[in-house]
Amino acid sequence: MRASDLSHHVSKWFDGSGPGADIVISSRIRLARNLAGYEFLPCLTTRRQAEVMEKLTKALLSLELGEAVFFIDVDASSALEQDVLVERHLISRQHARSKGPRGAVIAPSESFTAMINEEDHLRIQVFKTGLQLRECWQQIDRIDSCIEEKVDYAFDPGYGYLTACPTNVGTGIRVSVMVHLPALKMTGQIDKFFNAARDSDLMVRGLFGEGTEAVGDFFQVSNQVTLGVSEEQIVDEFVDLIVPKITQYEAMAREVLLNQQSDAVDDKIQRALGVLRSARLISSQEALFLLSHVRLGINLGRVDGISIDAVNELFMLTQPAHLQMNSGGALDADHRDAMRAKMIRSKLCVN
Amino acid sequence: MLCQSCNERTATIHLTEISEGMRMESHLCEVCAQKQGLAIKSQIPLNELLSTLLAAQSEPHSSEAAPEAAADTSCPACGMTLKKFIQKSQLGCPHDYEAFGEPLQGVIQKAQNGHLRHCGKVPSKTPVDARDQIQLMNLRQQLEEAVRNEDYEKAAKLRDKMENLQ
Repeated sequence: MRASDLSHHVSKWFDGSGPGADIVISSRIRLARNLAGYEFLPCLTTRRQAEVMEKLTKALLSLELGEAVFFIDVDASSALEQDVLVERHLISRQHARSKGPRGAVIAPSESFTAMINEEDHLRIQVFKTGLQLRECWQQIDRIDSCIEEKVDYAFDPGYGYLTACPTNVGTGIRVSVMVHLPALKMTGQIDKFFNAARDSDLMVRGLFGEGTEAVGDFFQVSNQVTLGVSEEQIVDEFVDLIVPKITQYEAMAREVLLNQQSDAVDDKIQRALGVLRSARLISSQEALFLLSHVRLGINLGRVDGISIDAVNELFMLTQPAHLQMNSGGALDADHRDAMRAKMIRSKLCVN
Repeated sequence: MLCQSCNERTATIHLTEISEGMRMESHLCEVCAQKQGLAIKSQIPLNELLSTLLAAQSEPHSSEAAPEAAADTSCPACGMTLKKFIQKSQLGCPHDYEAFGEPLQGVIQKAQNGHLRHCGKVPSKTPVDARDQIQLMNLRQQLEEAVRNEDYEKAAKLRDKMENLQ
């Protein structure tokens, strides 16, 4: 299996089928691990980096996950193939662009992915649609224990799992939910959400696009503290406290929009649809921005005749690398914008 | 309520000061509050945290060439120096955690909300006594939380588990 086999469909974690998926798109847990007896990446020679990769690949390929995992040699992949994996959140941009022997082991359903030789020797991730963090933890805990039977992790009784950056030390866990918060944005309350998140030691980043800018009102909320609290405590806090709060605020904002500003909301949604249905050139930023309004419209019951699946598919497949991969090769920005507009028109136009 | 300083943004910080028997209230937005030097808890990027750490070390009270010496501390296993770590925010090998001792401890404590000890999953290969120690820590924290939440039934169960381990 290759990146081009994945690029035609929506990732399972983005298909909107999970519990509470109108607001909580998906759940993700990541564990950072390193092999005992090897330097971290900044001090690892290329030869030893290849050794780490061989050991970990072997351990990962023998995992029994109920589906056969496959290996991608990231170093040998083309920039376009790498970017498709980045856009699907299977590897990080840093992993795609760094140097030396590095790879990824991916389950075809994309519910599990492992990056080898990213910032740490090993970073494993489990994704699920909707709010399913406890399920993510159960699964990743089991996978981690299976890997640990085959390799020796760098572990210290005091500091726990040792990581290249001390911000991950201890559990090495990053628990995240991806949330869609268009109503908080429209009602001007998104800053309150940022402040509340920051006060609770949470990190908020945009889900799409490069850097931290959140295009299309999608945000990724993650824990920052990895030491001195157990994995279960972190997960419980998300499931019992953090996510219900976020969901509640967004739901309240949606209700306010519907009850007090329904004309303004309808106007935004219909204008977005108008542009998406008629544009001949559209950038990925603009598409994300407008699709977000349409997604809200569908979730509020204000749009007929367009399925949430169609919109989710557009979010994923109109990303630059996906567009190029599916059209057979590199395209300049103008051609991409034309192709994106065409794809959106054909999906959203009734006739 | 609008910020009384800029009259533009919503006031989110409400400050009551009492000095010489006079009560003063101010209502500010975050931007103006920060301008007036009111400390607001914010996420400090790790590299910033690291450079403040080094700056703190080079304060004169530690006399002589201490700051340089601290920055030059290097790990015997991988050769990483504290100075290089501060530039890259990444360590060189697992031994650095020991080699960089206290300065690194300070960084970890700041980045990890005051915590310094792991309490969570332990590899099954870890020697039994080390594993028990961590599990005890784990249970102790859960016990504290249960007591805080006045869940005494859970607390009793946790205490029994701890006694079994000790």
